[in-house]
Amino acid sequence: MIKLENINKTYFGAQPLHVLKGINLEVGEGELVSIMGASGSGKSTLLNILGILDNYDEGDYYLAGKLVKNLSENQAAEFRNKLIGFIFQSFNLIPFKTALENVALPLFYQGVNRKKRNTMAMEYLERFGLKEWADHYPNELSGGQKQRVSIARALVTSPKIILADEPTGALDSKTSAEVMQILRDVNATGITMVIVTHERGIANLTRKIVYLKDGVIESISENDPNKMDFTKEIK
Amino acid sequence: MFDIDSITEIWQTIARNKTRSILTAFGVFWGIFILVILLACGNGFDNGLRSNIEGFSTNSTFMIPSFTTEPYKGYQKGRDWSLNMSDIEAIKRKVKGVDMISPISSIYSYNGDNNVFYGTKGSNFSMKGVMPNYNEIDRGKIVYGRFINETDIAESRKVCVLGKKVYEDLIGADKNPLGMMIKANGIYYQVIGVIQAYNDHVNISGATSETVILPLTTMQLAYHTGDMFDFFMFTTARGYKTKDVQEDVKALLRERHDIAPTDEGAIMMFDFEEMFNMFEYLFLGIKILIWIVGIGTLLSGVVGVSNIMLVTIKERTREIGVRRAIGAKPALIIRQVMAESLLLTVLAGIVGLVIGVAIMAVVAGVVGNTPSEEVMFLNPQIGFGAAVAASVIIVLSGLLAGVLPAIRAIQIKAIDAIREE
Ligand SMILES: Nc1ncnc2c1ncn2[C@@H]1O[C@H](COP(=O)(O)OP(=O)(O)OP(=O)(O)O)[C@@H](O)[C@H]1O
Ligand SMILES: [Mg+2]
Repeated sequence: MIKLENINKTYFGAQPLHVLKGINLEVGEGELVSIMGASGSGKSTLLNILGILDNYDEGDYYLAGKLVKNLSENQAAEFRNKLIGFIFQSFNLIPFKTALENVALPLFYQGVNRKKRNTMAMEYLERFGLKEWADHYPNELSGGQKQRVSIARALVTSPKIILADEPTGALDSKTSAEVMQILRDVNATGITMVIVTHERGIANLTRKIVYLKDGVIESISENDPNKMDFTKEIK
Repeated sequence: MFDIDSITEIWQTIARNKTRSILTAFGVFWGIFILVILLACGNGFDNGLRSNIEGFSTNSTFMIPSFTTEPYKGYQKGRDWSLNMSDIEAIKRKVKGVDMISPISSIYSYNGDNNVFYGTKGSNFSMKGVMPNYNEIDRGKIVYGRFINETDIAESRKVCVLGKKVYEDLIGADKNPLGMMIKANGIYYQVIGVIQAYNDHVNISGATSETVILPLTTMQLAYHTGDMFDFFMFTTARGYKTKDVQEDVKALLRERHDIAPTDEGAIMMFDFEEMFNMFEYLFLGIKILIWIVGIGTLLSGVVGVSNIMLVTIKERTREIGVRRAIGAKPALIIRQVMAESLLLTVLAGIVGLVIGVAIMAVVAGVVGNTPSEEVMFLNPQIGFGAAVAASVIIVLSGLLAGVLPAIRAIQIKAIDAIREE
């Protein structure tokens, strides 16, 4: 599903910062992968490249078999809209839209008509137990509810891949566990998922853990989440 | 572009910050409002002044003999000379470009004694001897009977047309004056009509409503002036230059009356066309000024909208970034920002237009929209054309105000939403 070959990325700020120094990574369809590493190791940078939110300087990135390189804004928007679902640490819901409207928004950009859009959005909200909250605005929702809305929004377009940057970073441990359960359920339906986290407990819930250090992949370890008593780990 | 979804999207963003939207829109509202008020006032003055010249042929020239200022053909300078009916015939025959020509004599009532009587009731009025076509150059409305006709002229009938005020003062506004006898300067004339001037501000030898009008031939007979008369006026035919026609008429008169070809003082002339043209230029100047001031005010409103939208866009970096991340294409973002600016501007503009027009309709109701005495301000409203122009300008300003914010908006990349904390 994802194939990275020698990805290099340098930020040209006041001082050029070579953040990614030749990343090679493959993520198969339906995999659940986490990326770990120290703060500033380039996790978010890598994820942004995977999400076509940011570009890279060197190497090749194949997404669903297609080379993602030097895309126009329109192509990138289309890729993101059709293939990728995003989940952010700070939710990034649009504050003046209701939960339902937020979830329906990606479909609006696909040109789906209003009625169908709202029906689909409602289905996803229902799936995450948010039916009663459909007409509420983000500031009327708890952190966990917000994150569930944003998961619904990421899923509503039936993407091939979900990218999550610290999805539980702003949540308490109980809610984190709930959200992780949801993400695992989603992954179980066959959607590829990449989660950036610095919490070992979260990483342990994934099948593959990628360790990033100083801009290179230090190691990749296989993991069996079912062996772990994850609720304890998170605490 | 304006399906229900887009409008909901736009409306949400505008309504989200009501106070700011209203403040932003106020600039545009004010610009359009001022433009409408100014245009309407301009039209009010225009209409007012125009009503003062209504009924008067604006391409007419008036000529009156004066003392010669140069010696010629053995005559001394300072000679008095008079016009006669054969001059009129000659002008008609020889000068091309004269449309109507009308000789006139007048008797002023200088001393203020009562000179016109109905029965024992008397008053002081001027008298004027005219030809039938006089009423085509200095038009008035016939309120009773008819104007002087060819038979009156041919038979030098002792008939008269009264100015409306003469009729009201002497006979009384409630009585049918036709057939009644009026004594003017000792001679009885039968009333055949009453005339009301469209205006009494532009006229020849006295306000029409305060004049007793006789057939010219009758007056010539009564005052023993033969076929002479005091002055004449003519209008220029379509396709001719008034200045050229005036020169031709003057040249012919000089030749016929042994006046030096270079004697400019011997014929006094008043060129109404020139005067009216001056009015036109004045009005045009005022109109241009109004549009400049109005558009200027509006532009500052546009700058305001643009400015505040720029700020809004900056504040919305995260929101726009999120939209980009979940699949909004740049064109859509541009469209949305432009549409926001357009909707805001158009709403504000239309409110300004409607309120402006409504206020001026009230003002028009107060100052009246029918000509009366001494009107300077009449029917101050904007025409359909100006309203359409204003609407087009509103839309253009909306688009204009949206350009910079839209450019700023598409510079926001999806990544900015994620980075911004
Ligand atoms: N836009 C940018 N311009 C310049 N430098 C940047 C930019 N974004 C990130 N960096 C730098 O690149 C490095 C990697 O950043 P990145 O956000 O990928 O780290 P991270 O692994 O996600 O860290 P964290 O765990 O704290 O989120 C950091 O040193 C950061 O300062
Ligand atoms: Mg990060």
